[in-house]
Amino acid sequence: MKELVDKYAHKLVAAGLAEPGAPLVGGLDANLVWNRTDPACAELEQVFAGLNINSLLFAEPAEPYRSIIAYLASNAKGAIRPSDCETRTMMHDLPVVDRFEANAIVAALKQRKSVIIPGHGIVAWGMVSPEQAFIFFSSVCFACFVKFFADYLVDSRAGRLSNEQRSVFEVAIPLLDKFPDTSPTLMNGPFTHEDAVYNALIEAGRVTVAHHLVDSFFGNVSYRFGDTLYISQTGSSLDELEGCIDPCPIDGSSCAGITASSELTAHREIVLNTGMNAVLHGHPKFSVILSLDCQKEDCPFAGQCHTRCPEARFVEDIPIVPGEVGTGPFGLCNTLPPAMQDRRGVIVYGHGLFTVAQDDFNVAFANLMDIERRCRDLYCAMLSLY
Amino acid sequence: MNGWMGAILYIDLSERTHWVERPDLDVYHRHIGGKGLCGAYFLPWATDPWDAPETPLLFMTGPLVGTASPTSGRMHVMSRSPLTGTIGDASVGGKLGGQIKRAGYDGIVLTGRCDHLSGIEIMDASVTFHDAQALVGLDTGTVYEKIKGKGATAVVGPAAEQGVLFSCIMVDGSYAVGRNGLGGVFAGKNLKYLTVKGSGTVAVHDKAALKKAREDIHRLIASSPILLGEQGLTHFGTGAVYDLMDSRRMMPTANFRATYFPAAHNLNAPAFKKRYGDKRTGCRGCHILCKRVADDGTHLPEFETMSHFTALIENEDMETVTRANSLCAALGMDTITAGATLSCYAEIEDRKLSGKEALSLLEDIGHGRGVGRELARGSYRYAASRGHPELSMSVKKQELAAYDPRGAYGMALAYATSTRGGCHLRAYPISHEILRKPVATDRFSFAGKARIIKIAEDVNAVVDSLTACKFVFFASSLEEYAKAFTAVTGVTTTAQDLLHAGERIYYNERIMNALNGFTAVDDDLPSRFFTEPGSSGNAIDIPPINRTDFLEARRDYYRVRGLDADGRPTREKADELGLDWNPEDTTETPS
Repeated sequence: MKELVDKYAHKLVAAGLAEPGAPLVGGLDANLVWNRTDPACAELEQVFAGLNINSLLFAEPAEPYRSIIAYLASNAKGAIRPSDCETRTMMHDLPVVDRFEANAIVAALKQRKSVIIPGHGIVAWGMVSPEQAFIFFSSVCFACFVKFFADYLVDSRAGRLSNEQRSVFEVAIPLLDKFPDTSPTLMNGPFTHEDAVYNALIEAGRVTVAHHLVDSFFGNVSYRFGDTLYISQTGSSLDELEGCIDPCPIDGSSCAGITASSELTAHREIVLNTGMNAVLHGHPKFSVILSLDCQKEDCPFAGQCHTRCPEARFVEDIPIVPGEVGTGPFGLCNTLPPAMQDRRGVIVYGHGLFTVAQDDFNVAFANLMDIERRCRDLYCAMLSLY
Repeated sequence: MNGWMGAILYIDLSERTHWVERPDLDVYHRHIGGKGLCGAYFLPWATDPWDAPETPLLFMTGPLVGTASPTSGRMHVMSRSPLTGTIGDASVGGKLGGQIKRAGYDGIVLTGRCDHLSGIEIMDASVTFHDAQALVGLDTGTVYEKIKGKGATAVVGPAAEQGVLFSCIMVDGSYAVGRNGLGGVFAGKNLKYLTVKGSGTVAVHDKAALKKAREDIHRLIASSPILLGEQGLTHFGTGAVYDLMDSRRMMPTANFRATYFPAAHNLNAPAFKKRYGDKRTGCRGCHILCKRVADDGTHLPEFETMSHFTALIENEDMETVTRANSLCAALGMDTITAGATLSCYAEIEDRKLSGKEALSLLEDIGHGRGVGRELARGSYRYAASRGHPELSMSVKKQELAAYDPRGAYGMALAYATSTRGGCHLRAYPISHEILRKPVATDRFSFAGKARIIKIAEDVNAVVDSLTACKFVFFASSLEEYAKAFTAVTGVTTTAQDLLHAGERIYYNERIMNALNGFTAVDDDLPSRFFTEPGSSGNAIDIPPINRTDFLEARRDYYRVRGLDADGRPTREKADELGLDWNPEDTTETPS
């Protein structure tokens, strides 16, 4: 357990979500272990006592998340309600309490996976592993980031930006990730043996995480080799894909890929429809933010954009399609593959960006980064109009 | 009252009388429904022999049953297990739970014994007894065809009448109250069948809130590759897991002497689909539809049956599996124990069974013929009678399911500590150790598993009390179901509040088992798993489980669960959980 709490404390810092030394992670089996000692442990041990869980994570988020979350929490009225896919599917809403006190934290965590305590940080739990707490913490940061910038654009357009919003914006902008001048060089395809496919997938996942083009290390990646689609497993961290890739026969002759990514169907349809072999999916923030930006008034599908948007929407040459995670009636498996035809990428509303390439992940990754760069540039350009 | 009906139907079979008890609301709040209510009502009878007339057989539904809450078409059955001597219980699907609710009850308590083989027919407030002597020895399918027009049905077959200790109750033709031998309790009361038909409805407190909770749960189900994914349960049934057990090198093979079966790739779910067709069916109100029916209407085997009637008995013929499945259903026998008992028999006989012989033995067991009479007592009693109890792959005399514990250490601990004997469903660690939900854990480590198993047992106690389907919890969680519960009942709750009730429900089962003398000695695995390796390969090493590590994990589990060092409940923990339990007094009523 000590190994796990240390691991996720470290990953939180590596992801830029917390400052070094900030994460406090506790893991409880028969005994409780912390990644480090801290005066907050005593209060958090009372939180452990009040919940049937096995791990807790507490940290003040790093900038710009700290300022963004503080701003959103100050206007939250009990909970922040982002509209991105992650929140809608998993988190539902993000409760806020006003004090770092066990009873208040327990009351919130009895109902939800995380709680924001302005001026202190975020507390999240896991029932199975500290990894869950890490994921929830990361999702809070991602969802709040997206909500803040999406709201900022809307409010800017409406001429109702507050000074507080402007201040937070000024803090955040200089801290945005810098795009490298050139895309990293990845393994060259087409690949001629299975080992190369595995290595290429692992490399693509790792570089996507390194460039902060995902949240919670999630996303997915696949490559068609012969009659098999090799795809990252559900819930796998893109920077740790060793042992987490499922070979799925395209003819459906095996169910060994039942642990494959939720988006297996979409990936398979994409490679079959387009003839491309490499598919990469990340959650780059400004692609998601722009996907939420719609100026249509009196839309009969308002509030159902993620499932029913009938408009042909684009960011330059990149389509934006509705679709939920997975294969349900509103699943993105129905909307994404047809939209990918003759495109280098497609954005799924409120969710993330998919890119494709023929032989390897060089072009797919370059497009992922380029589209995100263009989305950020366009966002800034739109702001300059108001 | 919303969600609950506020009524329990008692039927005294000896006196041929019935009455309705109306429990206090507090009983529902504390025990939720289903498994929780079963345990609360069974505690006073926990030490009675399973075949004593006064020992009750309980059918309990949950508050979500009969509402629009997803996957709530299930119910729970409990008595004392003829096979294990522990409490015996099982969750079952079909429409029986829904009909019990519509008839106006949360559950039915059967006590006493009919003086001749009988059937009971319930229609709303009406309870009638019927002579069933003409049905003696008839298989479950034949009886089902005769009575299915009378509502939801529960039937036992020849196996139960013959005293097979792992006989089951078949609900609505194809849903088995499978494990623990509860068919024997049913038949022991001289019952052949039960039908229930209701005309009422279940009141829901807040339909809009239920709709929202339902949407949230459906969204999670849709996002789950295991449930709705193209290789998941909705497309291939539970057999979808078969390939995974093969690739993970944890498919129990040759009575658990190996963990890899070379022919498995020809016997997987896609192969069954190709050969038999692809009709989907499932519990009422469920859109996952995880059961499979062949084009000719034959019900196809579930994962456990597929695995035990192929790898475990070293059978490579698909038709034998399908026929064994049909035979077990017709005779009314638990397929897991049946398959594992045959594999134990084969090992003791030191030979491989042909498909024909395996089917013949199943017939002999179900009809009480020849060596079948001995095998009818399960693998442990049979192996012990041959001087080799160690060759029974069982815990507390119930056979293990189709996950080799050497391939998943949480499963090893869960098998050992289960309150109903070798059971994969109490904690269902396959979820995180293999299926990666909610996140993946290291399947070859006991680190953290004591608490994980304990929490999962509590979660599943809640699931079986609501009563919902465990499969949904590969995607959803109590967070979403707490919202559904509140929407249905109007009782404000949280996931953690429900978990606390789950802990109480599970601890009550430890109490009942302790009253029957179960201790740490019984919370153990067969020695094979600590001394013999599995089948390593594909860069996966399957060594024997380190016994010291296992015992440490079990010790930690006892601490986390609030048991003493010998696995027995403590008065202090019972008090903490609000269980009004006095070790000296077992005649209390539910509180």
